[in-house]
Amino acid sequence: MSDRTNERLSVFKTYKLYVGGKFPRSESGRVYEVTDSKGNWLANAPQSSRKDARDAVVAARKAFGGWSGATAYNRGQVLYRVAEMLEGRRDQFVREVADAEGLGKSKAAAVVDATIDRWVWYAGWTDKIAQVVGGGNPVAGPFFNLSSPEPTGVVAVLAPQESSFLGLVSVVAPVIATGNTAVVIASEKAPLPALSLAEVLATSDVPGGVVNVLSGRTAEIAAPLAAHQDVNAIDLAGADEALAKELEIAAADNLKRVLRPQPVDDWTATPGTDRMTAFLETKTVWHPTGALGVSGSSY
Amino acid sequence: MRVQVDCGCSRSSPRPFQGSSPTALQKNRSLGVYSCYARRYARLVTMPTTAPHALADVTASDSTLRRFLHGLPGVDAVGLEARAASLGTRSIKTTAKAYAIDLAISMVDLTTLEGADTPGKVRALGAKAVHPDPTDRTTPATAAVCVYPDMVAVAKEAVAGSSVKVASVATAFPAGRAALDVKLADVRDAVAAGADEIDMVIDRGAFLAGNYLKVYDEITAVRETCGTSARLKVIFETGELSTYDNIRRASWLGMLAGADFIKTSTGKVAVNATPANTLLMLEAVRDFRAQTGVQVGVKPAGGIRTSKDAIKFLVLVNETAGADWLDNHWFRFGASSLLNDLLMQRQKLATGRYSGPDYVTVD
Repeated sequence: MSDRTNERLSVFKTYKLYVGGKFPRSESGRVYEVTDSKGNWLANAPQSSRKDARDAVVAARKAFGGWSGATAYNRGQVLYRVAEMLEGRRDQFVREVADAEGLGKSKAAAVVDATIDRWVWYAGWTDKIAQVVGGGNPVAGPFFNLSSPEPTGVVAVLAPQESSFLGLVSVVAPVIATGNTAVVIASEKAPLPALSLAEVLATSDVPGGVVNVLSGRTAEIAAPLAAHQDVNAIDLAGADEALAKELEIAAADNLKRVLRPQPVDDWTATPGTDRMTAFLETKTVWHPTGALGVSGSSY
Repeated sequence: MRVQVDCGCSRSSPRPFQGSSPTALQKNRSLGVYSCYARRYARLVTMPTTAPHALADVTASDSTLRRFLHGLPGVDAVGLEARAASLGTRSIKTTAKAYAIDLAISMVDLTTLEGADTPGKVRALGAKAVHPDPTDRTTPATAAVCVYPDMVAVAKEAVAGSSVKVASVATAFPAGRAALDVKLADVRDAVAAGADEIDMVIDRGAFLAGNYLKVYDEITAVRETCGTSARLKVIFETGELSTYDNIRRASWLGMLAGADFIKTSTGKVAVNATPANTLLMLEAVRDFRAQTGVQVGVKPAGGIRTSKDAIKFLVLVNETAGADWLDNHWFRFGASSLLNDLLMQRQKLATGRYSGPDYVTVD
């Protein structure tokens, strides 16, 4: 019996992109070999072309209206659901993170747990960020003056190269928690956890197109995204110094918001709200209260 | 081609129906008398000046017309779709793409056919038709704007002084369910308001019931009402004709009746222009010219939204009808959102950056 089990043919997984809620192969038909930290072959990942990037932007733009219009509470529920789904796939992610980053099993498990906690943390922020960064402003006149944070739009995210899972979630979750939609370029060397995360997102109520995951050569995919007129912001976390400079220049053409790469020693540290506020814009409205009556109030 | 034909009519040869001006027609509303007149007249207009073409007598009676239309070879549906699909795989890049995009822009009939159309919206559309991309004046103008008859005057004013034509749908668009004199009044209104082109719908009910002569008579009547000033596009609503055989029959019927253009659909039903039915109609106009010497245009309409689709249609035109049709006098796209995509692609070619919807108009 045990001999027969050993004879069983192994089933290799075909990793695919995640664009607009679907799992296409790269339009270019290319793949590249992904190896573990010791150089052993793990799988072939799709090598995206600029056309895949363009398709992803179209999908993200299409999803933006619905996602940014959803209530903050609803977004929180959906993100929490992602954490629930991740919990169910914990073993798979522990294995993939261990392979990708050359970690031992227990360390990889700690990384995955921290990642799930990170989703929950950002899920909690969705309906609180408006109170923290928005509010009523005192003005001299019969007006309510209210500032509220609004999502920027479609955000291109270059995921960190080293931390393939925790780092990825730490840059993607804040972008979508505030109502933006994202086009994510996975870590070039270790894209598999990101591509598996896409499967989790697809099965956890996140509308298609809110997160789009591309794998391939970061520099090749990032260049058209940085120059794309329909991308509103770009997070350069995964770019080295030379690439970041080049992309920042390209991004200036349509006045994209650019989040420059910042050195992160420890992705497990509490992230703060900076990554959320980076892709929020403040909308201020003046609302007349009506003429003041003799009593000094119109109510 | 059509101009020559019209000249032929006005030669000194005795005309059997002199004095039948539109006013005379209005007085004489009896369908029987009228359709008989229209039928005879149509043979003259559809005939090339050189010699009566081989098809001159197929419209002599209901039975000859039916015999002719049912005698057309049946369509190989699988082959047709495979051919259309294989022509869609051509890779059109760089300079060829730039040429194709500019050609496609110049072929767009920029259309707004909504109940909510306002004069302001039609004016905006006219301005866009004349200068599709205000940031780049090298962009060609579109072929025409296509509106309802009551908006023709507004559209005419909006495109005045440019090469852009004004097309008007008429004949109880989109259903075509009205009496002939109502349809003709619709056409007369549009022409009087200055429409350069009339887009009529055929009576699909009569066509599907096998009453081909009724459809033929209606088209010839409308053709005659258009006079010499307006070109006539005949809409078959291919999505409602059920079979490819019917589309082929309708194409020939329309061309025999004197259509200047045959058009796939109104854009108001679920299935609109597809590569396959457009290919079929392109084959029909090619064969019709081979037999009669009369060139007829083709206009796919509805459902063409991306530059990629538009370029596929241009490949179909070039490979089927030939380069003679690669001109906005003979081929049009009935579309509205297509233009924005063409403009974004054009901007991409010009700047190297992907453009976005923020850089074209919202309409």
